[in-house]
Amino acid sequence: MTALLDISGLSLSFAGNSVLQGVEFAIERGAIVSLIGPNGAGKTSLFNCITGFYKPQRGRIGFDGAEMLRLKPWQVTQAGIARTFQNVRLFRQMSVLENVMSGQHCRTSAGAIGAILRLPAQRREEERIRDCAGRCLRFVGISSDEWDRDATTLAYGHQRRVEIARALATEPRLLLLDEPAAGLTKGEKTELVELIRRIRDERGVSVLLIEHDTSLVMSISERVSVLDHGVMIAQGSPRQIQADPRVIEAYLGSEDAEAVLAL
Amino acid sequence: MALSSGSSGPQSVEARPSAWGGLGEILDTPTKRRIAIVVILAVMIVAPIAFGPYATVILTNALLYAILALGLNIVVGYAGLLDLGYAAFFAVGAYSVGILTTTFGWTFWEAITVAVIAAIVAGVVIGGPTLRLRSDYLAIVTLGFGEIVRIAARNLQITGGASGIIGIQQPWLFGWHIATPTDFYYVFLALAIIGILVSVRLANSRLGRAWLYVRHDEDAAEAMGIDRVRVKLAAYIIGAIYGAIGGAFFAVNFTAISPQSFSFQQSTLFLMAVVLGGMGKIPGVILGAFIVVLGPELLRDLGSFRYLVFAVGLLLIMLYRPSGIWPMGSRR
Repeated sequence: MTALLDISGLSLSFAGNSVLQGVEFAIERGAIVSLIGPNGAGKTSLFNCITGFYKPQRGRIGFDGAEMLRLKPWQVTQAGIARTFQNVRLFRQMSVLENVMSGQHCRTSAGAIGAILRLPAQRREEERIRDCAGRCLRFVGISSDEWDRDATTLAYGHQRRVEIARALATEPRLLLLDEPAAGLTKGEKTELVELIRRIRDERGVSVLLIEHDTSLVMSISERVSVLDHGVMIAQGSPRQIQADPRVIEAYLGSEDAEAVLAL
Repeated sequence: MALSSGSSGPQSVEARPSAWGGLGEILDTPTKRRIAIVVILAVMIVAPIAFGPYATVILTNALLYAILALGLNIVVGYAGLLDLGYAAFFAVGAYSVGILTTTFGWTFWEAITVAVIAAIVAGVVIGGPTLRLRSDYLAIVTLGFGEIVRIAARNLQITGGASGIIGIQQPWLFGWHIATPTDFYYVFLALAIIGILVSVRLANSRLGRAWLYVRHDEDAAEAMGIDRVRVKLAAYIIGAIYGAIGGAFFAVNFTAISPQSFSFQQSTLFLMAVVLGGMGKIPGVILGAFIVVLGPELLRDLGSFRYLVFAVGLLLIMLYRPSGIWPMGSRR
């Protein structure tokens, strides 16, 4: 059986500046994998390549045997890869429920005619979208009295969870989380670890996360990959990574050094 | 009846804020809203009898603008696309009907079908390539498209050149000859009501939500699996259909059309109705259309000064109510 996500020889550059150089990277089915690295290492760029927002010059990205490289972002999502953003990007002036309902768009099909005539199939589909969004919200722990509120008025930690619910509503097989713990309190981080585990265990969704909080990374990941200056310098179990001299070198002198190495 | 009131209990989730915006506080119950709608509808129905023939013609024109503003609202208000050449679709509808009924002797109903198809084709041709680009480009392309249609109509043989087309036959509907200004008033009233219903239903649908997602954050919408080009194209085409239907009925109402009716100024007026009333708010957009048409009429006594007064009034509205006259809802 091949890996769920299989990236090989991936290179990306902007106007001659090399961002990613020959990145090799794989995620097994049902794994929780973290991607770490100093600021500017190219982690979010790699996310953007996987999700179709950036077009790498070379390499290939296989997802479940299919080639993702030439797909547009919405096609990647339809293929089963969902993502969250580094800075929460919920839809403004729309309710929590409506935000999460957006995830079901690529799994449904009603068009203008169905909407205008309110055909039975369209009404059933609307019901299904609503149910799915509700289930995803309950799953991440947002209770129904918050569903009608304007999403951007929720507490920050709840907005993060709504964003995860929205990604889950696309029914993904792989979930990419871009710094999901940023700005969360200690208690919320513990809940996040729990949530990520449940996403994998109860929903069978593989998870790839970019994260700066090293203790969170080390506690949750089965494998850790380290990116530095666009090059994948180390991959292995959390323990192996902490002992790897290349990782120590990459982090030396950076703010995160203490966090990574002290552990 | 008892059943339907039971199903609207606390279990049903009201996902969409009301289109009534800030007036939601006054019209806070469905009953009050229903009364408001019935009162407005009653006034509109008796208007031709109550206000006389002159007012009937003006109100018909206001209803036409309301239909076009509703269509443009889907493009500008819902999908957030700036269309500066909306009069082009209005022209496509009017000229299709004008040409097919006079030169080719088709009936109005055959011609309007072709008019709608022509508008869809024009929408795909213009929107297909440009909607891939950033929205600024759409503004430029639609501006050009509007001018191309007008100049083509002015210079082609088949469109009657600068003098246009005259003698367009008025339509029959199941034995009813739609001919008098009052007949047309009611036709346009019916069209406006259909236009409102379609707008409301679209807004409360998968497609309607997709327009808002794309308008608020294109990248996040795409990350949710929404094909933004397709969704925008749908808005653009639906707007085009509204424009073509408006244009088709405009042609048979006046029985004569000429290129002046489809100028850039016309496009600006449609856009003004949408922006003035409040983009994305159906009652606001209709109010905007009525102001754009009735404003200069009510100020007629001022002679040529009326446009100056009207312009100052518009500037004041833009200054003090930048998001449109219609009050903002708590959420929209």
